[in-house]
Amino acid sequence: MLYSNCWNWETGTRLVANTGNWKAKFEWVEEPNVSPDGEKIAAIVKIGKGEFNVCVNGKIWGNHFDRIWHTRFGPAGRLTALVSQKGKWTVAVDGNAWKNSFDYVWNTIFSPNGENIAATIRQDSQYGVVVNDESWEKMFYDINNLTISPDGKRTAAVVQTVAFRKGDIFKFQEGCYTAAPDGKAWDRNFVNVWGLAFSPNSKKLAAEVRTSLYDYTVAVDGALWQDTFSCVWAPVFSPDNKAVAAPVRVADKWTLAENGKQTWDRKFFQLWGQIYSPDGSKLAAIVAPKFGKWTIAVDGHPWITTFSDLITDVVFSPDGNSVAAAGRDKGRWTIVVDDQSWKDTYDMAWQPVFSPDSRNVAAKVGKKEYYTIVINGKPWKHYCEALWNPVFSPNGNKVLIRAIENGKYYRRVLPITKI
Amino acid sequence: MAQSVKKPEKKFVDIGLDEGAARLTTDMIQQVISRVLKGETSAYLKAYVDTCVSCGLCSEACHYYLSHDKDPYYAPVVKVKQTIWEILKKKGKVSPEFIKKASEIAQTECDLCRRCAMYCPFGIDVADIILIVRWICYMLGVTPQYIQDIANSYSVTMNQMWIKEDEWINSLQQQEDEAQNEIATLRIPIEKEGADIMYSVISPRPEFRAQFIYKTAVIMDTAGVNWTMPATPGPDNSDMTMYTGDNEIMGRVKKTHFETAMRLKVKKILMSECDSIYDVGNKWLGWKWYPIEIVNSIEFYYELLRDGKISIAKKFEEPVTLHDPCNVDKGSALYKMARYLINATCKEFVEMHPNREHSYCCCAGAGVINCGPHWKMKQMHGSKIKARQLAATHVETVIAPCHSCYGGLEDVIRHYKLGMNVRFLSDILYECIEKPRVVIDV
Repeated sequence: MLYSNCWNWETGTRLVANTGNWKAKFEWVEEPNVSPDGEKIAAIVKIGKGEFNVCVNGKIWGNHFDRIWHTRFGPAGRLTALVSQKGKWTVAVDGNAWKNSFDYVWNTIFSPNGENIAATIRQDSQYGVVVNDESWEKMFYDINNLTISPDGKRTAAVVQTVAFRKGDIFKFQEGCYTAAPDGKAWDRNFVNVWGLAFSPNSKKLAAEVRTSLYDYTVAVDGALWQDTFSCVWAPVFSPDNKAVAAPVRVADKWTLAENGKQTWDRKFFQLWGQIYSPDGSKLAAIVAPKFGKWTIAVDGHPWITTFSDLITDVVFSPDGNSVAAAGRDKGRWTIVVDDQSWKDTYDMAWQPVFSPDSRNVAAKVGKKEYYTIVINGKPWKHYCEALWNPVFSPNGNKVLIRAIENGKYYRRVLPITKI
Repeated sequence: MAQSVKKPEKKFVDIGLDEGAARLTTDMIQQVISRVLKGETSAYLKAYVDTCVSCGLCSEACHYYLSHDKDPYYAPVVKVKQTIWEILKKKGKVSPEFIKKASEIAQTECDLCRRCAMYCPFGIDVADIILIVRWICYMLGVTPQYIQDIANSYSVTMNQMWIKEDEWINSLQQQEDEAQNEIATLRIPIEKEGADIMYSVISPRPEFRAQFIYKTAVIMDTAGVNWTMPATPGPDNSDMTMYTGDNEIMGRVKKTHFETAMRLKVKKILMSECDSIYDVGNKWLGWKWYPIEIVNSIEFYYELLRDGKISIAKKFEEPVTLHDPCNVDKGSALYKMARYLINATCKEFVEMHPNREHSYCCCAGAGVINCGPHWKMKQMHGSKIKARQLAATHVETVIAPCHSCYGGLEDVIRHYKLGMNVRFLSDILYECIEKPRVVIDV
């Protein structure tokens, strides 16, 4: 929503690029990416032996590279790629490679406003993070779970601070891993650390930690919750930064804990993927009330609608009054909103998107080889070869559809009444 | 059946067992056993124990028993008697030394092949019982060193061989480079959202059998499959922690695996030639079956060939035999498809006997091969019956569509000097299929 105010919301269809022609121009064309505003489509292309480039709206970047992978548009529309030249790797942004290069770079992530770009790096068998072409001062034996703060100014990752030989099972149990916000490791180690989460104000960092082979809990800025559990899943912060919520396993069942204390009085066969409503007054999570039955629980109360296979991609409406998710039942996908499933089923469904006024829900869905958009259960009668998630206009009356049809990429803005 | 039991011929040293047991007290043991045996476990365990009449029919099913000249020590019922029955009889009041021995039996003298369950008149599943013993031993910190290290690897990397994220991606890119020497346009598509298939491997592939990724990529490319491989943790379809009793990490590995598939929005997961098809981790998480469909490579290759997406250009000249992996066949009955593939690709196929679901285990599965070099000779002695089976075929090539079996059979062949070589099905297919777009980029 940050940038969509500035996008072109004039109703109509515009051909952006004849992507079908690219295959004739280049030795090969990889699967394309589209900018959030739909104005650009980009794909990695091979232009010769050992020479790769990125084609954006039909034009290639000024620089070739020996290898390119992982092209991604950031929220502000900048296009990144991981590029290699003479065996060294770095990040290229809109075609310009960063000055520093490394033995390897992977896992590009963006701050929510898109201004800061981070990635994990390996250099001389040590591991760290590079942010906007500047590396963390300290490097570690291993790194994973990279994350960036909501304000984009901080990064954190799980790091290995103690070396141990393969097979040294007792050294491992002493704890060799911790979290490192901004490259500075917490002052205590754990057997394992996963699931890092920054607070909304970017000041605090929470993680799920394993303190022995058998004890799990949550750490906030390195301080542990008082109780340990037989297992926990990834924590999240409340919007007011005061609470941390995480699923915890107690007596072979799962429930939700806030700041270390059980906050839901109900237990489930499984519980994960919890999210707060934007105002923090509600908590929703994916739950299995019974073995093999999946649904959403809001504030501990499970919906009646259940899915046999899975539920994923849960999202709150901006006003916090509705919850939507994608679910799969007996092999067929659909969207469920406030305990009501859409009547149609699909081969695949993507995360539903609420309009800013919370009145409408849209989702990308797939059937066989084609994709379309569905709004409030009603399909758009176009079947596209490729499609990206729909975006509502700031006033919620229109929807941006980014799609490839008949080998051509179109940017469409449609009134939602036209679907 | 004989009541007296012999001790195994040699004492094995393993710090995972020795040091683990040295930290125990009888009180600790009793507390942990009491906790583990509560609830559902207690009910089905009691049913098994109350039902067993010690008839010993399971003995003739066990490859350890047969490989040790029918030594009753290795009979499945005796393994159960020496472990869980004793634990139940003494209400958990057992010594650290007992736990050490129980762990050795459960981890290194049973491959959870479930052949004995087919011979039991009551269908008692000894594998389930042995898994409970492994769970108890893990909870007490008495697990063989090497497989515990593998469990530790999963907890950090979500794969079994400490393969770091960059090593994994780099390995895929190197395999793509290699494959392009043969087919210039071939890609190993990484992180392709919306692909039909996510190809998941077990981590030995990038570590020391990486060439099989490239061979599979050639098959995929030839068949025109819309596929991808993830760049994030979660590509490993094996989950050896289900064999150590570390249920929490088992669940975490499976969760990561399926969430990776959900994130990539793939329709199916194709598992490499692997026997780890136990649906244990998903059940621990609450998924009744796999939340995203999993296709075993045998079935996948079978469908490609049946549907004409790949065709055979030439047949493999040498006579071959097939080792039927336990879970693939006892659990999923894929043996017909494996034979269809072999008959289509090989000039001469010689059956081992017994075969299909009655096949003898390779003696490597369910983590036995992962217990490390300390236990290698024990594994070799337990596979004598398999060696005899292999030798009786008088062929030089054995196809083993499973990584554990592949490694186990290599060891057996070396130990018993059988002069054979082991192949994956994809290896044979790669050699025999028509590759219409072969371009040598000079």
